[in-house]
Amino acid sequence: MKHSSLGTKILNAPYILWSVLFIIVPLVIVVYFAFTDQNGAWTLANIAEIKDYGEILLRSIGYAVVATLITLVTSYPVAYFMSKAKARTQAIMMMLIMLPMWMNLLIRTYSWTTILEKNGIINTLLGYLGIGPLPLIGTSGAVILGMIYNYIPYMILPIYTIMVKIDPALLEAASDLGSNGFDRLKRVIFPLSLPGVVSGITMVFVPSVSTFYIADKLGSTKTLMIGDMIQKKFDINLYSNTGAALSFVLMLIILISLAVMHKFAGEDGEAIIV
Amino acid sequence: MNQNIISLKDIVVEFDGERVLDNISLSIQDKEFVTLLGPSGCGKTTTLRLIAGFIDPLSGEILFDSKKINGVPPHKRSVNTIFQRYALFPHYNVYDNIAFGLRVKKVPEKEIKQRVSDMLRLVNLQGFEKRHIAKLSGGQQQRVAIARAVINRPKVLLLDEPLAALDLKLRKDMQNELKNIQKQLGITFIFVTHDQEEALSMSDTVVVMNEGKIQQIGTPIDIYNEPQNAFVADFIGESNILDGVMLKDYLVRLDGMDFPCLDSGFGENEPVDVVIRPEDVDIVPPEKGTLQGEVTSVTFKGVHFEIIVDIQNFKWMIQTTDEHQVGETVGLVIEPDAIHIMKKSEYSGLYGDYSSYSDELDTLNVIEEEDE
Repeated sequence: MKHSSLGTKILNAPYILWSVLFIIVPLVIVVYFAFTDQNGAWTLANIAEIKDYGEILLRSIGYAVVATLITLVTSYPVAYFMSKAKARTQAIMMMLIMLPMWMNLLIRTYSWTTILEKNGIINTLLGYLGIGPLPLIGTSGAVILGMIYNYIPYMILPIYTIMVKIDPALLEAASDLGSNGFDRLKRVIFPLSLPGVVSGITMVFVPSVSTFYIADKLGSTKTLMIGDMIQKKFDINLYSNTGAALSFVLMLIILISLAVMHKFAGEDGEAIIV
Repeated sequence: MNQNIISLKDIVVEFDGERVLDNISLSIQDKEFVTLLGPSGCGKTTTLRLIAGFIDPLSGEILFDSKKINGVPPHKRSVNTIFQRYALFPHYNVYDNIAFGLRVKKVPEKEIKQRVSDMLRLVNLQGFEKRHIAKLSGGQQQRVAIARAVINRPKVLLLDEPLAALDLKLRKDMQNELKNIQKQLGITFIFVTHDQEEALSMSDTVVVMNEGKIQQIGTPIDIYNEPQNAFVADFIGESNILDGVMLKDYLVRLDGMDFPCLDSGFGENEPVDVVIRPEDVDIVPPEKGTLQGEVTSVTFKGVHFEIIVDIQNFKWMIQTTDEHQVGETVGLVIEPDAIHIMKKSEYSGLYGDYSSYSDELDTLNVIEEEDE
């Protein structure tokens, strides 16, 4: 172990200060609120209240799981073809995937309402064909679609990053040993891309399960998610402590899922968990 | 030992309009150890990849067991390759790497187990089954790569500079081991290297390549003793290549002097390239030599000294076990059987004397630095 010099310590100082100020302190405040009442007295009442939110928690996890699975199944082939494409095509695809990410999530989600709403683009087009209007907005499908749309780059990019790094000689070795295209995918590409898959799942599942606004805009009261509930609790000062308790539980769920994914990533912990 | 297993006929390969293989024709016999030898970029690896099926020729035919295999994908060819950097699967252990080819072919696990253990014995890696690839040394990885390829019982094994990444001592051991494995298995080896010593010591047949063309095909002894042109003479071993004139059969003029030799069949007064190997020249006292010159450099090589002698501004390299001093005048004697005559070729004049010999250059640099 190298001893850090005074210089390194000084260079690290702003980062440590930043971490403490904007990561550690807010977490401590959340935990503090979760275990106190409005007068600041220690209590477990907020935590006990969580049981009333069981349904909404399960729904959030359910939506996030479905969104993550669909994202994985659609992203994997995209990442594969992208990694095989010419350098120029790769750059263009990368830009197309990144482009929506530069726009605000709220705007991106809001634009989906104009596509899906009763008088929206899809229903207008279907109207010309004499179909509909279909109830698109306000459904759980719309909420999951919103999540997929917003988080799909976080699945494609880590898988793509791992795939371009697979040594082409390994694929040649596999064909040399008798593997056809599908067999190479099964025995070489897929196992070697697993760390990317694990990162992708984590990076889509975590923001999906904790998302707010998407369900609010694209869903209905029946599709409300835990993130929206927390937001609503904090909107009214009276319920901040309940909101903090919900946040606390959500953090636990996320930590548990991170731990599970880390286990899947193998002993080397090759997955990039950002 | 007389049946052709692989034939290449008039093969042309181009990458982005650049000609990489230029009309290559080559026949490889069953159970033969063939080495493709040449400097980097000569097309030797391309030739190997062509046989493996990773690239297709622009024109020409590849025959395997007299059947045309152009366009047949690699996984349908009965050849296996040992890759330059081994290309072992990092997500599998030693056992699973070796079993890969048999699993693809859906061989029963029981048989796989038997064959993998036979292979591990062949390459001396018993007990390494569960070892992770990343935890193996270079030499051990090399052995796994051999086992992974030959377990499939290919008719032809292709080896792409398999020893290049190993250190000298290990390389020598692996050379012997590969040769033994080839004899034990009785299959054809096509071996690619840029190391001429490796090629000479291992092969039945050496194919010398340069600039996408085959320069010479022959046994190691033929290639060394009877190089066909200046390129081959220069690439294989050390050689002094001089301009000469073939006065008539068995007589050549060099440096204004006539030397009897053993070569014939050239035209009268035909200009030729003359090769004289450094170990074939005898150093004698000046008055007894046919040629006289001054020693300009002496390098101790262990077994012998490498001496550069300046004769009429042509720097000869001579290998001798006797020590000589720089500045000393010596005489040279060249016996008729030390002289090898070659027809003039496109390579004539490219490989001259040893005036740019690296050891000597180093010495010159040192002297210059001291002067400053």
